Amino acid sequence: MFAWFNETFPHAQPLQGLIGGIMIGLAGSVMLLGAGRIAGISGMAARTLGLTKGAPWPLAALFIAGIPLGALIVAAVMGGIPARFPTSLTLLAVAGVITGVGTRLGSGCTSGHGVCGLSRLSPRSIVATLSFMGAGMITVAIVNAMGGGW
Amino acid sequence: MRSVIGLVSGLLFGAGLALSGMMDPARVRGFLDVAGNWDPTLAFVMGGAVMVMSIAWLIQRRMHSPAACEEFSLPGTRLIDARLIGGGALFGVGWGLGGLCPGPAIASVLFHPLAAGTFVLAMLAGMVAFRIFETMRS
Repeated sequence: MFAWFNETFPHAQPLQGLIGGIMIGLAGSVMLLGAGRIAGISGMAARTLGLTKGAPWPLAALFIAGIPLGALIVAAVMGGIPARFPTSLTLLAVAGVITGVGTRLGSGCTSGHGVCGLSRLSPRSIVATLSFMGAGMITVAIVNAMGGGW
Repeated sequence: MRSVIGLVSGLLFGAGLALSGMMDPARVRGFLDVAGNWDPTLAFVMGGAVMVMSIAWLIQRRMHSPAACEEFSLPGTRLIDARLIGGGALFGVGWGLGGLCPGPAIASVLFHPLAAGTFVLAMLAGMVAFRIFETMRS
């Protein structure tokens, strides 16, 4: 079973994924059971900018500030985090603007709708998740068909 | 106390993103590349996170109030409309183009200030632009 998986998906890191996912789930649980709110990153980022009402500002701002710090701690322990970024800053800027508008229009992203909403069996979040996963898959297929893009 | 909850949750979230490999845009893009060389890692991340969160929702139903404040403030709307689906699809396009969703992008700003910083600033600009557009329309 494991041999089959490793042969079929040689680049996958299922164990690291699962452990990281459990920590993300714990992050969402602390936010829900401690502060009574959804740990949605796009929503908390918008709140930190003062674009929405909702969560108390220090809660949202410290949540957002904690994310790069948490990654920094892991990087210090593990000796770095591998990352292959797109080289085009124009592409990153365009992708960023689209992500910003899309997450506000659709009221959430992979954390709020994906993690918190799916686990709550929220019909809205299930629809939103299918929508962004589908659109993401179609986008990657089109970009690849056009010659890679990165 | 509430602010500490925010920080602890953020730290755990960032650490989880770093451990899971989700701070690598090429890996995330590999998950979306179902027609090519598919990398299922993100499905395991979602699986682990949803598993833990499901237990949290079960606990939440038995609690009268959160540990550090008076009441739960959770989304109550059940409306499924073009806004939700269109917004989701638009986010999916941005996600597929850059291999970045908001969490991993914010987590990466200290490591790749130029690339991740460009994405995050553009994302925040998109959020501001959308807010201005909404205010003007109403």
